[in-house]
Amino acid sequence: MSLISDPRWGEALSHLPDYLGNHVRVSLAALALGLIVSLPLAILCRNRPVARNILLALASIVQTVPGLALLALFYPLLLLAASVTLAWFGVAFSAFGFLPAMLALALYSMLPVLRNGITGLNGIDPALLEAAQGVGMTPRQSLVMVELPLALPVMMAGIRTAAVWVIGTATLSTPIGQTSLGNYIFAGLQTQNWVFVLFGCFASAVLALAVDQLLGLIETGLRNRNRLRTTLGGVGIAALVAATLVPSLGRSSPAYVVGAKTFAEQYVLSALIRDRLAAAGLPATTRSGLGSNVAFEALKAGDIDLYVDYSGTLWANQLHRTDIKPRKELIDELKTALAKQNITLLGELGFENAYALVMPRKRAEALGIHSVADLAAHTAGLSIAADYEFFSRPEWAALRDAYGLAFRAQRQMQPDFMYAAVASGEVDVIAGYTSDGLIAKYDLVTLDDPKNAIPPYDAILLLAPKRAGDDRLKAALKPLLERIDIADMREANLRASGNDANSSPDVVAKWLWEKVGKR
Amino acid sequence: MASKPVIGYAQVAKNFGSVVAVNGVSLDVAEGEFLAIVGGSGSGKTTLLRLTNRLIEADRGTITVEGEDISHVDPVALRRRIGYVFQSGGLFPHLSVTDNIGITPKLLGIPEKEIAARVDELLDLVRLDRTQHRDRLPQDLSGGQRQRVGVARALAARPRIVLMDEPFGALDPLTRDALGEDYRALHHKLRLTTVMITHDMTEAILLADRIAVMRAGKLLAQGTPAELGRSDDAYVLELLRTPRRQVARLNERLPQGGAA
Repeated sequence: MSLISDPRWGEALSHLPDYLGNHVRVSLAALALGLIVSLPLAILCRNRPVARNILLALASIVQTVPGLALLALFYPLLLLAASVTLAWFGVAFSAFGFLPAMLALALYSMLPVLRNGITGLNGIDPALLEAAQGVGMTPRQSLVMVELPLALPVMMAGIRTAAVWVIGTATLSTPIGQTSLGNYIFAGLQTQNWVFVLFGCFASAVLALAVDQLLGLIETGLRNRNRLRTTLGGVGIAALVAATLVPSLGRSSPAYVVGAKTFAEQYVLSALIRDRLAAAGLPATTRSGLGSNVAFEALKAGDIDLYVDYSGTLWANQLHRTDIKPRKELIDELKTALAKQNITLLGELGFENAYALVMPRKRAEALGIHSVADLAAHTAGLSIAADYEFFSRPEWAALRDAYGLAFRAQRQMQPDFMYAAVASGEVDVIAGYTSDGLIAKYDLVTLDDPKNAIPPYDAILLLAPKRAGDDRLKAALKPLLERIDIADMREANLRASGNDANSSPDVVAKWLWEKVGKR
Repeated sequence: MASKPVIGYAQVAKNFGSVVAVNGVSLDVAEGEFLAIVGGSGSGKTTLLRLTNRLIEADRGTITVEGEDISHVDPVALRRRIGYVFQSGGLFPHLSVTDNIGITPKLLGIPEKEIAARVDELLDLVRLDRTQHRDRLPQDLSGGQRQRVGVARALAARPRIVLMDEPFGALDPLTRDALGEDYRALHHKLRLTTVMITHDMTEAILLADRIAVMRAGKLLAQGTPAELGRSDDAYVLELLRTPRRQVARLNERLPQGGAA
């Protein structure tokens, strides 16, 4: 199938009003906040060199923090703030999505606005300042009538830079729950849907370019005192904002939000759940690409209504347990513990997505390795790769200590790439996921864990506190419980990792339902 | 001087750090008088002018304007009632000719309509075509036109005193001469009291009633051109010799022009 006629373009296009609208909304709010804070600061410290230098240094430091890290940082920060306001004033706010994204992006926008604001105000001919004083202006009148208008072109150039930065960085706000054009990129990367990745990059680049050109028109209009240009640019910006915001404003927000973490299985399952809810007459939408802890906190706060997590993950990350219990016992204990936080553990989906050490079948056979215990004798000469969190998780420590693993090297990798990496021999062993379809595709083998060092990772459905008594929801989800076996999930995951029209999570979810729904 | 001075300087001094800019100057400017302060760069003449409307504050001494000690007058109000013509115009580049001229009346809260009428009147007064110049920006004016607008702006709020900081220095000789003559006519017509800074003794002699000579922050001499000629200060005499020499040489080279 040619790239042009690929139906995934159509699917991508259908998300555009939602993604673009949200992207513009959060960028606009961040830029507005950035301006409201930065411009007064620039005015206040224009004649105070010490304050000015401190402020610019701080803004520069913020700028050196990678955009993704800055966004990720605001989430726990706001969670903390929300718990403080809850304790002191009895009100909490959502630390999820819009607010942390807007605050982080606003902070990000401050440097160019501050720097150009100060440069613009300090660059004014002193003779004109004296003239302003001489004709009888007060300092405030001089600022409003002379200094600000004269500094405006330089300030506008800073606003323009800030706008382009914010629009670009806003694509990174997807993992903290803010829908943006980044949804295309994150989903596309996870499911190897390059059409989505391309579409997302293209859309955000076009948006940034359009805004840059229009603000540029305003800037040169101000610089050359050409009212026509300034007006054209202003009208263009207003039209752009209206065109991107209006379609997303008109939509009523669906009642149920299904969360999904950042990997293909989660995209497929959230699409499946959304479709099941819709079939039961419960309008639903997905909020995908959430960080692992973000998803849980978002559920607790009611920002998402339900999502699929894994028993072992919650056992370690939320209950902070390092001991290991048999599957059923662990789930029962988890259920009780989650109930204390008013979170409903509705049930298991029927398959497990556990961490497992994985290596090529031929290599394992050649070395006589069947289990992790066999592997231990060889680790000094081998390298291991895993996703970004594995090596900092308690399971790794448990596994390493139980078997005395000491690898020559350990590397972190994007999960999608590590299977290919181990198949090609670039690394010797990976910490893969048992439900991953690529294990079969690349003829890899999962090593046994005779000491049960890795806890069970049953896929479980969690409901937000506010949905605890929602019987219609529970009834709609019932057909999914205990129905999805590991073979189906592997096959679904393999399909989702393909790079063709049938690999989109929506299509795979429909395929999965056809298999599961018949049971 | 018989009548009370409109501007009076008494033992005025101003230092900038270790640099002595004005050093104990006492000088009176009578009502309706056109006074030129002449001196080289660093003589303190510009500082003295700026002290007059409190663009800078004196360290010592007293300055009175229309009988009031200006240290007791609100500086903003003081500046609004004194016209000020800046070197090379000082026009606001983002404002039209109309808005530049009308700025002080606007600050005083005078109604728009009245300001518009006043601007037209002033454009006539400084001999600029109303329809042609009203809406132009300073960048679209010649140097002479800009300075005419500068003079109009200084006169907009009907001040009785006008301070001028080397107003015609950057202009070509013909424009400079025309503008100087035009301003002198305005000075008489509107019964203004004018203090003009210049480094050019010829200009001072041609325009002013009285001349004050400054050097290194001190007032060396003051009086009519004739009175200055009787000074025994070498620097003052040297300043006066230059225009004389020029006249002699001009007469010699342009015999048909006759004595000026």
